[in-house]
Amino acid sequence: MNQAKVLIELKDINRTFQLGDSEVHALRDVNLSIKQGEYISVMGPSGSGKSTLLNLLGLLDQPNSGTYLLDGKDITTLNQDAQAKLRSERIGFIFQSFHLVPRLSAAANIELPLMLAGVNSAERSARVTEAIANYGLSDRASHKPNELSGGQRQRVAIARATVTQPSLLLADEPTGNLDRVTGEEVVNLLETLNKQGVTLIVVTHDHALGDRANRQIKMVDGAIVGDISIEA
Amino acid sequence: MKFFDAVVFSIVAIIGTPLRTALLIIAMSIGVAAVVLLTALGDGARRYVVNEFSSIGTNLVIVFPGRSETGGFNPANLVTSTPRDLTVEDAAALLRLPSVKRISPILVGTTEINAAGKLREAMLVGTNDDFFEVRRLNLSLGRPLSHSDLKHASAEVVLGAAIRQDIFGTKNPLGKTVRVGDRKLRVVGVLEEGGRGMGMTTDELVILPVATAQAMLNTNTLFRILIESKSRAEIQKVKEQVMKAITIRHDGEEDVTVITQDAVLETFDKVLAVLTFGVAGIAAISLAVAGILIMNVMLVSVTQRTAEVGLLKALGATASVVKHLFMIEALLLSLTGAVLGVGFGYLGAMLLRYFYPTFPAYPPIWAMLAGLATALISGLVFGVMPAQKAAKLNAIEALTKR
Repeated sequence: MNQAKVLIELKDINRTFQLGDSEVHALRDVNLSIKQGEYISVMGPSGSGKSTLLNLLGLLDQPNSGTYLLDGKDITTLNQDAQAKLRSERIGFIFQSFHLVPRLSAAANIELPLMLAGVNSAERSARVTEAIANYGLSDRASHKPNELSGGQRQRVAIARATVTQPSLLLADEPTGNLDRVTGEEVVNLLETLNKQGVTLIVVTHDHALGDRANRQIKMVDGAIVGDISIEA
Repeated sequence: MKFFDAVVFSIVAIIGTPLRTALLIIAMSIGVAAVVLLTALGDGARRYVVNEFSSIGTNLVIVFPGRSETGGFNPANLVTSTPRDLTVEDAAALLRLPSVKRISPILVGTTEINAAGKLREAMLVGTNDDFFEVRRLNLSLGRPLSHSDLKHASAEVVLGAAIRQDIFGTKNPLGKTVRVGDRKLRVVGVLEEGGRGMGMTTDELVILPVATAQAMLNTNTLFRILIESKSRAEIQKVKEQVMKAITIRHDGEEDVTVITQDAVLETFDKVLAVLTFGVAGIAAISLAVAGILIMNVMLVSVTQRTAEVGLLKALGATASVVKHLFMIEALLLSLTGAVLGVGFGYLGAMLLRYFYPTFPAYPPIWAMLAGLATALISGLVFGVMPAQKAAKLNAIEALTKR
């Protein structure tokens, strides 16, 4: 694990929001180094800045100061389109509320990031078929999201996040809207992906979920207050 | 993102909201249909008038007695209060002009016609054999007036279709004798039914040689002289030659008016073309309204699909891809509406022609193209703002919005 190369390097990251008259410091002097293939949980009370950190890592948000190196390259200086391209190639998102497009079938939802990346349709359908089979959704491929159970929806969302074979998977409360059994299934799925080499970062309230990670980061008031690595 | 995929994505989005889509397309198609149908009406009116004028013959120059007083005060009008008659001799002289192909003197009056114990009033036209050529009149029976000197008063008559029907019914009138005024004339031909010209039907006419008519009505003057020029290009030349010839014959006085069919036709053509444009402009307002409607609905759609926009961005869509998706959607909506509208417009024009067969309500091609173009442009213009709004959405805010 130690010889794995560094994927992400955050240096003195600050992020503030203007909320009415007051300024909210969502991230304070965050320094973080993440290696390829790590399994990290980020925990903390709400408002501690963990979601902001996740959005920042996912290039959906920009820091006010500090540098973000992805594979040694400074991301903060890139323009929006270049960041969008990186998102499309390197990063997969999994959301608490799944965020499936309601009018598209499960298969079409999974296909969406490939379509946005401009992959040709023959390769697209091959990869989507493979993903559907891998996630046990074969009999559900043509169903719309509202015809799927919560666990199936999140499986579709995970298939969508991984179909581009990203090196970084960001999950924001992935089990938040699921019951214990299906939540367990989903976590197992994510952990399997991690074992295959994908860097997994999970933001959660749930200690049971957070404690499973090899590296546990605790945040309070926008600062990292704990960073524990557990030998597997 | 590939263009084709973007179009497919937009089509799915459009189908996903059928009511919204249907309303928008109807609004747009009504606008385009209005343009197509109203221009069809305007252009139909123009064609109708032009046809009416053309049906009295082509390449015509018309001479009638008396000066038209459009040139302001002319001392000549004080001296000669009554213009000279336009005579058969004048007509005969005009036939010798180089650019003139045919002439046809015309004398009109009302008279009574009776035969087989039946009597009715009729419109009388005294003219010559060339009249049938100049006016493009067709006969259903017999032959036109025989060719003879204008001075020769032969006892022949050609009957209008309605006159023949009233007097002879279905019996063959050829060779029969009818009494017109105080003369006995032999029927040599019958006009085809439904001949028209300048809103006047030829069904009620009785046509006889000009000399016969002059004797009958006891007059020397002509009502008109119709002149057909050898070609369209020579019409203006004919007009000048006629004016000159008549002036010489009338002791140097310009006491006739010469008009060309072309000039009259052109004026009507211009006026009605402008009218058509005006009507098209009014109809285009409804297109602009439809465009604003599209903008409104697309703005609502952006708000409703905020989370989706956020998701697309998280999945790697650039701002310009998001913008294009919404633009394509607006364009597809307006294009579908426009094509449907053209269809409705043509259908409406077809119905119009079906119910009023004499009215040539054909939508002009330019109106269809203009309607399509306006619809597309309004879709584009009014689609830009919502699309930009969508493109500018902040991905995280869009995703967290519930």
